[in-house]
Amino acid sequence: MSYYIIKRLLGIIPLLLGITIISFVIIHLAPGKPTQLEMSMNPKVSYEARLRLEKLYGLDQPLYLQYTNWLKRFARLDFGPSLTDNRPVLDKILERIPVTLTINISSMLLIFLVAIPLGIRSALNPEGAFDKITTFFVFLFFAAPTFWLALLLMNLFCITLGWLPVSGLTSLDFEYFGPVRKAVDLAWHLTLPVFVSSIGSLAGISRYMRSSMIEALKQPFIYTARAKGLPRNTVIYKHALRNAILPIATILGLSIPALLGGSVIFESIFAIPGIGRLFYEAVMTRDFNLIMAEVVLGAILTMLGNLIADISYAYIDPRIRYRNEK
Amino acid sequence: MVVFFVFSGAVYARDYGDAIVSASIADARTLMPILASDSASSQVSGMIFNGLVKYNKDIHLVGDLAESWEVKENGLVIIFHLKKGVRWQDGHPFTGRDVEFTYRKMIDPQVRTPYSGDFERVKSLELLDDYTIKLTYKEPFVPALSSWGMSIIPEHLLKDKDINDSEFSRHPVGTGPYKLKSWSTQDKIELVSNHDYFEKRPYLDRYIYRVIPDEATIFLELQTRNIDSAGLTPLQYSRQTDGVFFKKNFRKFLLPSFTYVYMGYNLSDPKFKDLRVRQALNYAVDKEEIIKIVLLGYGTVSNGPFVPQLWAHNPKVKPCEYDPELAKELLRQAGWTDSNRDGWLDKEKRKFEFTIITNQGNQERIKTAQIIQRRLKDIGIKVNIKVVEWSVFIAEFIDKRNFEAIIMGWSLPLDPDNFDIWHSSKTRPGEFNFVGFQNKELDSLLEEGRREFNQEKRKSIYWRINQILYAEQPYMFLYVPDSLSILSSRFEGVKPEPIGIGYNFIDWWVPKDKQKYRAVQ
Amino acid sequence: MKNNKLLTIGIIIISAFALIALFAGLISPYDPSFIDQDNLLMKPSAKHWMGTDNLGRDILSRIIYGARISLSIGLIAVGIATLIGVLLGSIAGYYGGIIDGLIMRLVDIMLCFPTFFLILAVVAILEPSIYNIMIIIGLTGWMGTARLIRAEILSLKEREFIQASRATGASSGRIILTHLVPNAIGPVVINAILGVAGAILLESSLSFLGLGVQPPTPSWGNILIESKSTLGVAWWITVFPGLAILITILGFNFIGEGIKKRIG
Repeated sequence: MSYYIIKRLLGIIPLLLGITIISFVIIHLAPGKPTQLEMSMNPKVSYEARLRLEKLYGLDQPLYLQYTNWLKRFARLDFGPSLTDNRPVLDKILERIPVTLTINISSMLLIFLVAIPLGIRSALNPEGAFDKITTFFVFLFFAAPTFWLALLLMNLFCITLGWLPVSGLTSLDFEYFGPVRKAVDLAWHLTLPVFVSSIGSLAGISRYMRSSMIEALKQPFIYTARAKGLPRNTVIYKHALRNAILPIATILGLSIPALLGGSVIFESIFAIPGIGRLFYEAVMTRDFNLIMAEVVLGAILTMLGNLIADISYAYIDPRIRYRNEK
Repeated sequence: MVVFFVFSGAVYARDYGDAIVSASIADARTLMPILASDSASSQVSGMIFNGLVKYNKDIHLVGDLAESWEVKENGLVIIFHLKKGVRWQDGHPFTGRDVEFTYRKMIDPQVRTPYSGDFERVKSLELLDDYTIKLTYKEPFVPALSSWGMSIIPEHLLKDKDINDSEFSRHPVGTGPYKLKSWSTQDKIELVSNHDYFEKRPYLDRYIYRVIPDEATIFLELQTRNIDSAGLTPLQYSRQTDGVFFKKNFRKFLLPSFTYVYMGYNLSDPKFKDLRVRQALNYAVDKEEIIKIVLLGYGTVSNGPFVPQLWAHNPKVKPCEYDPELAKELLRQAGWTDSNRDGWLDKEKRKFEFTIITNQGNQERIKTAQIIQRRLKDIGIKVNIKVVEWSVFIAEFIDKRNFEAIIMGWSLPLDPDNFDIWHSSKTRPGEFNFVGFQNKELDSLLEEGRREFNQEKRKSIYWRINQILYAEQPYMFLYVPDSLSILSSRFEGVKPEPIGIGYNFIDWWVPKDKQKYRAVQ
Repeated sequence: MKNNKLLTIGIIIISAFALIALFAGLISPYDPSFIDQDNLLMKPSAKHWMGTDNLGRDILSRIIYGARISLSIGLIAVGIATLIGVLLGSIAGYYGGIIDGLIMRLVDIMLCFPTFFLILAVVAILEPSIYNIMIIIGLTGWMGTARLIRAEILSLKEREFIQASRATGASSGRIILTHLVPNAIGPVVINAILGVAGAILLESSLSFLGLGVQPPTPSWGNILIESKSTLGVAWWITVFPGLAILITILGFNFIGEGIKKRIG
């Protein structure tokens, strides 16, 4: 097992190199420089001042030099300063993580807590009334564009009914609140964003759980267990569920990078200062250092996520572990 | 007692406290004012810092940190007399040394400021005493005065620091009416009033700048009264804020803006070299129609590079009336006719066709392009529209002169010096005369305009510049949009003036019974 | 029987939209980009069934023409993705060894990039024309298909009929095209149909960021986005294009699910 993990970890390195080269080239192929965005059409900014700035940022060097410089710094885990405000890139990323993580963990919890029971319940009586109703809603939510849903729900709950706040994470007087009120305030602000961000995956995963459970219930050992006279619930929740949950566990592993990922659109609508917007702004302002850092971190997380998914799969299903070690 | 009441009647008791919440689509990037190049940074750092001079409500330069100034030797020497008793927000006294320090940093090649240009014209800076600064310029330069509106930064806090470093830019200390309390990136910036501000303690205790990247969300937040002020689109101004709710809770403002929108031609393109063609296009496009559709009427037709409320604006220059017949006639004189009867004009077997490029994300410009497209089709000119992302627009099309026509806008400084945009020497890649306009008379007027300190003479120079540019049509000058905004009606003391409403922000106040947010301190 | 019903409904929906898109010029009551300054923001009425937008353009006409744009983006983007995926996947699966290793590493690399980043960067390079958007969505969406077809082929490869045709001396290309791909295509088709829905949604997300199909050309995405500025005064601009997207995606998902159940 440990041999397998080490081999996989080593395999990450060439992939990572490939990824950094591709993204470096793509970013630099895109026309525009970070010095351009705000000051390019400001007549107070002189031509000479602009050239000087490009030099200070090292943007006048040839591409391969810029890349090797970047690589050297990266080897020391130094991602460099952001080209828009000169703050360390890592600080800028770390500052966004708590918010993104809070929302993603909340929605992940919501997704699994709702989708798994829904899926099981539907699977127990496929084509029954419950299944039909949930299937209908699953299809509906799956098909709705997220931002459209967000705008409609905002209009309904925040404006027409006035039950929920429109945007932001906290009230303006948040810092003067006591701990309980703080928690309530945060939850109140998170309700709509978390709901909207989970709705698509919720639909997908409940569907997945349903088919996985139906599959498990068809397995011969279930019949055996039933034939042995084990109670129905034991069979369903112990034997069948254990098998049906397997694929879901891998999804959990694969969701690890998504935990730190954000969506620009949804963060923009709800005015949430998350990772998605940081990344989007970095691309639009050609903040090369920041883009590279985010791509690399994203790639590492994705690969680790895959690895964890495989390992957990192997752990739950001994047949796979055995095959891999052989 | 009676005397006392008469005097205090004018400034009856105002209440301190409350907060104002404004929203913007972008966060500030840095609160180090000499590095700030985005509007959000400038807006927030403008509350924290002061320059030596500022523009007052009538758009005249007045002292800010400077008490007064003298212009000597035909403008080669400017002497600033600073206000005494001004303190930095940490209690340290403000002196001429801070001004000298700021100047040194502005011209330091290691400092990443985009604004070094105006300061490099200074030949020497002498500190006559702690509160008197003598500046000698290499040559007379009128915009030098307004360039000292640049925020002054504290020497005692930054002396041995790297200016580019982010520490101070996240924790600025200025001389201004508000101090930074907290800054949570991409979420909000909170400022609190500076009780020791040299003018007076501002009435509003807090200024909260919220970042809401989506305009639709900003508008929804207005409807929940969670934000107090915001800019409005023409549609929001006219149709979405006329209900009882908005009338009761908000006050709307319609003010002239300091921006104009134009269609610029590439003057090295043979089609547009001919003045008659440019004039014809100008007659063929109905600007009133553009204003009616795109701005729902909230704007004025532009007659040149100066907006109407500036003294440089020449009211005698009248924008052309819409006259498609005259346009066709001018084009015929220039040799453009529909010789093959395909509905499009042609000359020497080439169809009159060109592409207008504009940037993404600006619906007004895109719609303007569509209306121009339709009007020019009426007279037989085929227009294509291409919309590209801002950075690409600048890098690939503007800087490389790789365009036939573009739609853009200028938001210019309040001094009318337009040298960088129109002078024939300013046509290198990345410079602002990207249309390639060349006119000897204009060149010398522009040079004269930045040397002439006599206001009356200067005015006649810019009036002439205004005239030449409209006659020559290097741009099709389209419109000056109105600046539309909304503000919660609980604020008192707000008086719209030519420069806008923000000039007397420290006088705004909210009566105790209407205050919404808790007081601090 | 129910699955057939799902499939039928899906097919009806999609054919209806396809017909609308095909005959947009005949059906559409107005010119979709006709600006009518006297009829801004009209409520739905007999004259304008779905009302007008903030330039006085007829929403119904814009949605009809938008169908053309949105459906072609969905279909062509997925066509490109499927083509690349099938090609690379079958090569990897059939030849194995180093070729397989290289192709699969490429898949891994592509999967590590956030799709949105790739699309943003490429749209910035190439400017967002309809064709570029199709190509980009296609180029960033083939990895799933490649994996699917590779796995299918790996399991088919050792089956008797393949061994038999190999014994008769058929060329590799022929074997791949006539035997392997057709037999592995089932899941790929389902994947592609669901992918069309995804591509239509992706275009609308790009429009949200101003990087989708550029106005005045109407796509469902950019009609919907333009409605943001009139939220609260003109519900019809928000609701109808959203419904068009919703129903179309439902249609594609119904077909996908229907086929899935039929096969498996």
